[in-house]
Amino acid sequence: MNHSNYTILIVDDDQDYLFQLQTKVERFGFKTITADGQREAEALLEKVKPDLAILDLMMENEDSGFILCFKMKKKYPDVPIIIATGVTAETGITFDVNDENNRKWIKADRFLDKGIRSDLLKEEIEKLLLQNSI
Amino acid sequence: MATLKILVVDDEPGIRSGITRILRNFRVDYPFMDEAFDFEVLEAATGEAGIEIVESNQPDIVLLDNKLPGIQGVEVLAYIKEKKKNIIVVMITSYASLELAVKATSDGAYDFIPKPFTPQELKSCIENITKRVFLKKMTHTLQDTGKQIRFTFLSVLSHELKAPLNSIEGYLKMIRERQNGNKLEDYDVMIDRSLDRIKGMRSLILDLLDLTRVESGKAKRNIAEVDLVMIARTAMDTMRPYAIQRDVKMNLVSDGKIIIQADAEEMEIIFNNLISNAIKYNLDGGTVDCTLARQDGCIAITVVDTGIGMSAAEIEKIFDDFVRIKNEKTKNITGSGLGLSIVKKLIDNYSGKIEVISIPDQGSTFNVRLPIDKPCL
Repeated sequence: MNHSNYTILIVDDDQDYLFQLQTKVERFGFKTITADGQREAEALLEKVKPDLAILDLMMENEDSGFILCFKMKKKYPDVPIIIATGVTAETGITFDVNDENNRKWIKADRFLDKGIRSDLLKEEIEKLLLQNSI
Repeated sequence: MATLKILVVDDEPGIRSGITRILRNFRVDYPFMDEAFDFEVLEAATGEAGIEIVESNQPDIVLLDNKLPGIQGVEVLAYIKEKKKNIIVVMITSYASLELAVKATSDGAYDFIPKPFTPQELKSCIENITKRVFLKKMTHTLQDTGKQIRFTFLSVLSHELKAPLNSIEGYLKMIRERQNGNKLEDYDVMIDRSLDRIKGMRSLILDLLDLTRVESGKAKRNIAEVDLVMIARTAMDTMRPYAIQRDVKMNLVSDGKIIIQADAEEMEIIFNNLISNAIKYNLDGGTVDCTLARQDGCIAITVVDTGIGMSAAEIEKIFDDFVRIKNEKTKNITGSGLGLSIVKKLIDNYSGKIEVISIPDQGSTFNVRLPIDKPCL
């Protein structure tokens, strides 16, 4: 797999996490584009079609990632989406991403913990990209 | 066993009878719920009939088609949201109008089911809602004891405390892995960002201490004669280095001393927050005007800035715990999201009032009124 042929969209409103994830993904050899929220991501998606997206869940609103995922799947049904969750899942008050039914509904391809190890993240990205190219 | 009433509003008889059939023998039961739920389905073919049943039968859940012969689904939704806030509304919608369904969810619909749906999809949706109804019931019980507020507060707090820790941890790992090579200076940005996040966390903890004081420290209040002009001046002096950095000019206007019976530290918290916000959310080269005056038995404090301002929707939220206005203009501004909620609570404790007038890109005005010896108008 030639990583540099793939562009990965990363969306997160925590600029530090965004930067760290971007650095990681670029070190895997992928090209990246970033947005710091749902609104910016939507504008970006008008112009670019990425090969995969990694979205934060809680941005402008507590379910921004979900809405973005939904809209993105409508626009580009073939682009795999990873939702990176961290703390919201633990609170149980906001949207429950661990709930099987919610997951089905959101239609994200993977839910990964934000603290995921680099090598596992790389593996997941490659798996999703490969699945898609078959 | 508890029974939830589900009202189906759809002009297609097939959909109505289908839903009734699917849910007839359906029950929701979870280990964490101490009761099981089953369902009674009510049917309406029009929005008007639906509203009648909403009034006469108090359903718990409404499954609502948007395209109806008379009034539209969204109007029924608006009616329910205005009159019967506790009813959970789910839009049933054809795939073509998903856009509308998404909009409906932002107008208060809980969820939407695209048509045609399978029995399983309907059941999943109803199952979710049942859990939510159950949690809502629990919430009400908890709310009575004040526990819920505390619970929400603690979960948001843990989020706010973990986010900077995660980001600092991320940078430390990158540094340990020598991701930018062996030169220390190539890690300056990461180190600076980590320090910024630590600073943010410290200010959050300081704000939390203020908040704890506000909520529990009434016994420790030290009420005495306080000169608010002096407190305002001290707050400005504290912020001056920051104001100079931003090239923001600060002015203080008052006729002599303004004396009030209050706790000096609490007054300091109010002024520190209002003035630091006025600088923080200002534009470089802007101004902050703080005016103090006696007015109809009250003390009127006004803090005016020439900053980025807020929209009406943003103003509505700013006094809540942990609310920070997130947009392009604020993305480099840090804060705990607690400052104004603390200010509001303090002012409430003095039976005072706080109001905001704001115009985006022109600035905000915070008007505070504190009673001297009688309630403020």
